[in-house]
Amino acid sequence: MGLFGREPDREPTAPTWTGTVQLYLPIADLPVNMFLVLAMGVAVGFISGMFGIGGGFLMTPLLIFIGIAPAVAVASVSSHIAASSFSGAISYWRRKAIDIPLALMLLAGGILGTTAGVWLFTLLRSLDQLDLTIGLSYVTLLSVVGGLMISESVRAIIREQQGRPVQLRRGGAHTWIHGLPLKVRFKRSKLYVSVIPVWMIGCTIGFIGAIMGIGGGFLLVPMLIYLLRVPTATVLGTSMVLTLITMAGATVMHAATNHLVDAVLALILMVGGVIGAQFGARAGQNMRGERLRLLLGLLVLAVGLRFAYALVVQPEDLYSIRLVGGAS
Amino acid sequence: MARVSRHAALGTATALLLSSFSLPAFGERLVASLSRHQVMITSSFTGTEIVLFGTVERDAQTITRGSGYDIVVTVFGPRQTLVTRRKGRILGVWANVDSREFVDPPSYLAVLATKRLDAIASPDMLRRQQAGLDYVSLPQRMGTTNIELAPDDPFRMAFIRLKKEQGLYREEPTGVTFLTPTLFRAGIPLPATAPIGSYEVDVKLFADAAVIARTNSAFEIIKVGFEQFVAEAARDYGFFYGLATAMMALLTGWLASVVFRRD
Repeated sequence: MGLFGREPDREPTAPTWTGTVQLYLPIADLPVNMFLVLAMGVAVGFISGMFGIGGGFLMTPLLIFIGIAPAVAVASVSSHIAASSFSGAISYWRRKAIDIPLALMLLAGGILGTTAGVWLFTLLRSLDQLDLTIGLSYVTLLSVVGGLMISESVRAIIREQQGRPVQLRRGGAHTWIHGLPLKVRFKRSKLYVSVIPVWMIGCTIGFIGAIMGIGGGFLLVPMLIYLLRVPTATVLGTSMVLTLITMAGATVMHAATNHLVDAVLALILMVGGVIGAQFGARAGQNMRGERLRLLLGLLVLAVGLRFAYALVVQPEDLYSIRLVGGAS
Repeated sequence: MARVSRHAALGTATALLLSSFSLPAFGERLVASLSRHQVMITSSFTGTEIVLFGTVERDAQTITRGSGYDIVVTVFGPRQTLVTRRKGRILGVWANVDSREFVDPPSYLAVLATKRLDAIASPDMLRRQQAGLDYVSLPQRMGTTNIELAPDDPFRMAFIRLKKEQGLYREEPTGVTFLTPTLFRAGIPLPATAPIGSYEVDVKLFADAAVIARTNSAFEIIKVGFEQFVAEAARDYGFFYGLATAMMALLTGWLASVVFRRD
């Protein structure tokens, strides 16, 4: 074997435990360490269970980091999020903490948004600008949302320490949103609001989710709380139902249009994800809401800044190659 | 080679054809064989190596070569169309600003030789024989025509460098070894990322800075079993494949909620 030096990573060196768990992914077309992917699933699942979000905004970059083509990562993560949100949704269902009519209204907008998102995703890929779009969307969204969450939760913590009660839902505090027509009553959320903002929120989440490979839970939850004033009792469960349906839909659409969903990768991520989510949920229950939001805000902001760094600092390699009409 | 051109001067294509066919009768014959002709990708595939054995056959009339023999083995993977993109700074962020399309370059390219290529033959000869990463034809699309750019074209250099980093292009000046004066062996390394499809193996015998014999062979990389099933399902039945994946997600989620149920 000495004839082929300079290639230490391909040489079958001493048999270590990692040597036996390499699994060749049929769609991503490369072998990955099964335990590494499983561990990533557990870690992201823990965070997603703790904060009641899908965790796609963490998983997609992680998969790209271990060498999976961005398009395959985005397409495969959607099914992973579907699995973790379904397991979450079931437990909220048992606690009657899901507002089905609200979820369906959001979904009506979500379907439209997801369709438009998958279409734009395909278009951008053909225009060579998918990386930039994904990068820019991550930076903008994550920095803004992370920043807002941090400032909101810090204010809540300060208020609480000064002895004033935290008020997420102020009675009678109506915004322009509550003046819109087509009002509908959502009983379980004790809400009487126009369907137009509900549709628009659903549409935005579906669109962003399809392009960025994220469920959008971390966006949907604050939107529902601050824009529609949905009570915290139903917000997480409802958001999970919506995430579940849009991500299951995105899986089918990505599979049918781009053929890039790697079911084997998805399965490993799912199994890790649902296990991690159970432990995450327990950890989350022992924490105060505003502290949880502060932590999530910091996490979201950190991921956003990481993407900003990648866009602003000169890349190590200016060149990249891509298969025309292929998986990278 | 002088012999060939003299016959060609006679003017008929037949004469040229006959003389090139008759050429080996005066000199060496090259015989080569691969250790296998099929590489099967299963779920445990992490790359492999195919071994090529060959021999230089001589007969009583064969003259003694002053420089000895040199072998250059070139392996071409299935052709793909690839785009090389270059990032530049726009409004403070790094984005793809320029791109070139490479028309049907081999997805995998290995050049294995007995010594450094420039020590085997002249650059002119190497270019004519397409021997070596610097000399292989990698046409790029320019408008409606395909042109061949110099080895120092930045896009071509970047393309080869990136392919090398992926382990898909390689040049091994010591990749072929002579076990006896006429028997040689070459290991063709195939990384796990080597694309599926058919691979051509081209073996050339050099002596006195010219090609005196050649032969070729082929092998293929295929997905089998489960890998093949999944890849074909995803490609041919995308919608149902997506549905099945989504159902799998629901089942996993449901199982988790049952297994971990605490209330």
